[in-house]
Amino acid sequence: MSMHMHAVPLAETAAERGSVRPMVRFRNIRKSFGELEVLKGVDLDILPGEKVAVIGPSGSGKTTLGRLLMTLEEPTSGTIEVDGEYLWHMEKRGKLVRADEKHLHRMRSKIGMVFQHFNLFPHMTILRNVTEAPIRVLRMRRNEAERLALEMLDKVGLADKRDNYPSQLSGGEKQRVAIARALVMKPQVMIFDEVTSALDPELVGEVLAVIKEIAADGKMTMLLITHEMEFARDVADRVIFIADGRIVEQGPPSRIFTQPESERLQSFLGRFRAYRAGR
Amino acid sequence: MNELIPALLRGLWITVQATFGAFALACALGLILAILRRARIKWVSVPMVWLIEFIRTTPLVVQAVFMWMALPRLIGMPLSALTVGILSLGLHYSAYLSEVYRSGIEGVPRGQWEAAVALNFSPAQKWLRIILPQAIPPVLPVMGNYLIVMFKEVPVLMAITLGEMLLAANSYIASTFADGIVPYSLVALFFLAVSYPSSLLVRLMERRLNRQRGTQYGNRIRNRRSRIRGERTV
Amino acid sequence: MIEVYFEKIVPLMLRGVPMTVLLMLYGTLLAAVLSFVFGLARLSRFAAVRGTASVLVELIRGTSLIVQLFWIYYALPHLGVELPKLPAAVIAIGVNYGAYGSEIVRSAILAVPREQREAAIALNFNSYQRMRHIIVPQALPRMLPPFGNLQVELLKGTALAYFIGLGEVFYRTMTQLNYYLYLLVPIFTGLLVIYFALSQLVLLLYRWAERRLAAGRM
Repeated sequence: MSMHMHAVPLAETAAERGSVRPMVRFRNIRKSFGELEVLKGVDLDILPGEKVAVIGPSGSGKTTLGRLLMTLEEPTSGTIEVDGEYLWHMEKRGKLVRADEKHLHRMRSKIGMVFQHFNLFPHMTILRNVTEAPIRVLRMRRNEAERLALEMLDKVGLADKRDNYPSQLSGGEKQRVAIARALVMKPQVMIFDEVTSALDPELVGEVLAVIKEIAADGKMTMLLITHEMEFARDVADRVIFIADGRIVEQGPPSRIFTQPESERLQSFLGRFRAYRAGR
Repeated sequence: MNELIPALLRGLWITVQATFGAFALACALGLILAILRRARIKWVSVPMVWLIEFIRTTPLVVQAVFMWMALPRLIGMPLSALTVGILSLGLHYSAYLSEVYRSGIEGVPRGQWEAAVALNFSPAQKWLRIILPQAIPPVLPVMGNYLIVMFKEVPVLMAITLGEMLLAANSYIASTFADGIVPYSLVALFFLAVSYPSSLLVRLMERRLNRQRGTQYGNRIRNRRSRIRGERTV
Repeated sequence: MIEVYFEKIVPLMLRGVPMTVLLMLYGTLLAAVLSFVFGLARLSRFAAVRGTASVLVELIRGTSLIVQLFWIYYALPHLGVELPKLPAAVIAIGVNYGAYGSEIVRSAILAVPREQREAAIALNFNSYQRMRHIIVPQALPRMLPPFGNLQVELLKGTALAYFIGLGEVFYRTMTQLNYYLYLLVPIFTGLLVIYFALSQLVLLLYRWAERRLAAGRM
């Protein structure tokens, strides 16, 4: 039996959903790159503290969904709301216009992201990688930023590597630093974009353990784009299956992996060797 | 003004002659230097490296004046400014072209050399039929670029009394007591008029060559640009 | 003869070296600043900034240093701006090599992986902070080797100050030459050796800087 630990009660029925304002809300999101339409109208609500896993074949648009939320891509049409406010839009004299950089900057402070390829800053030590954003963006003082950073690095088990450079760390260590770096900014929503896909198998576990701990702490809303089905089962409250730019099926992991309803999901899971019922 | 433009055009013609003459020399000499540099005998290759470096990192104007004053004495007969200009300009840029050849030659896959050995080609055949035909096309745009660079460098040969455009402008100013703006601006314009379209042509040639070879370079730049610009639609 | 050479001529030649070095240093300073100004401008989000910078760079690269030098020293006075020799030479050198340097800056910045910019965005750095703390520090090591070559070209460019009568090492050598024509070959050889030595020193400096910058990281 897998263990779910929530500090926030999770609404399962539609009626109950209506009473809690979603932390993240995608409304009819479409995204095209030139001629190619990658997301074809996605609607998704994520509640505060909810852990949502997004699975799907490559090219399905799942990474794009995360990047739209992190403001790395702009939606072709549709809206995204975060914590009750529009992300890519703002109200100007009663009308909805495209958000300016100031608005985006303010909204971005609520969102954090960990990347598939870590994207640590190679020219900075581990400590500086984690303190740089708090110092420059949050205007924290250096000693306070360092204290906070060391706390976070300790949490991911890498405080002793503070003076090393990223090139001296293993993939799993780099990813854990990346997690610390994102967490130290205290976002309300964290996006994990296939964070173990680039790791050697034996290093995956240490990263997943860290993420499980974050999930267990409770309040963090998490979007986990992943290939690791076992992990999704363990951590997620809800699993979203995206294919060809649309949400095909969604539900609790206990059902999704054992009794997939759509043929698409069945064949997708089939390729991952179906999990037996009642595990 | 009626005298200025024809004088400048005459100077332009001399500039063009000097450019192409020197370029031909640089192409030939540069290839020789590049091949010698690859010689397996250290007594040849090491001095070559230093010679190329010496020519490349010392000023053209010094080399040109040196030749202008020393060569006629050395060989016992007078030399025209154009001749010395071509020799010095060509020698100077042969050092650069030898590096260009070198990168082209090093770009030829190792297997080609081995195939030449296996098929028992003579050194001359190996170079002429296998290596150079593969080494040179990729670096043609760079060579084209150097042609343009050399064209712009010619006025430096004013120091050895070569009658190119800048000298023509100077003579005009000296003889008519005109002020410098119009003549020098015209010289600049003439240079621009020749070098800018030429550089566009070289870039075109480079793009066409890359397309033939199927590099992804152009695509990556295009994608990056569109991503940086973002899409301004909602 | 050899005594004359080493006791009289070489010292006279060497007296021009300080001016050569001065020209190089001032010129490099101006060129470095302009390289970044033009280079960053050509990467700007605003088309007007990009366009202006590109046009200026093309204009400067389309004409050679000597033409620009003549224009600044001999033509500009007729437009009211009369510059003494040193400033004129420094400006000509700085502007010319700054335009070439802008391409080095631009391509080094473009070579920094896209993901670094995205990581910086995700951490909510603004665009200035991104450039200053994340992108440019990573672009700098890539800039050094081509800048080293450009620096050598700049050093060679200082010789053109001869044409406006500025007392750098080439000019001084030429003015002395008439008295010692029988020592033509040694004099010129010595002059070339001086330039060679200076450029090798410059290249050594850049290698040292490259090594220092790469220490530990990457």
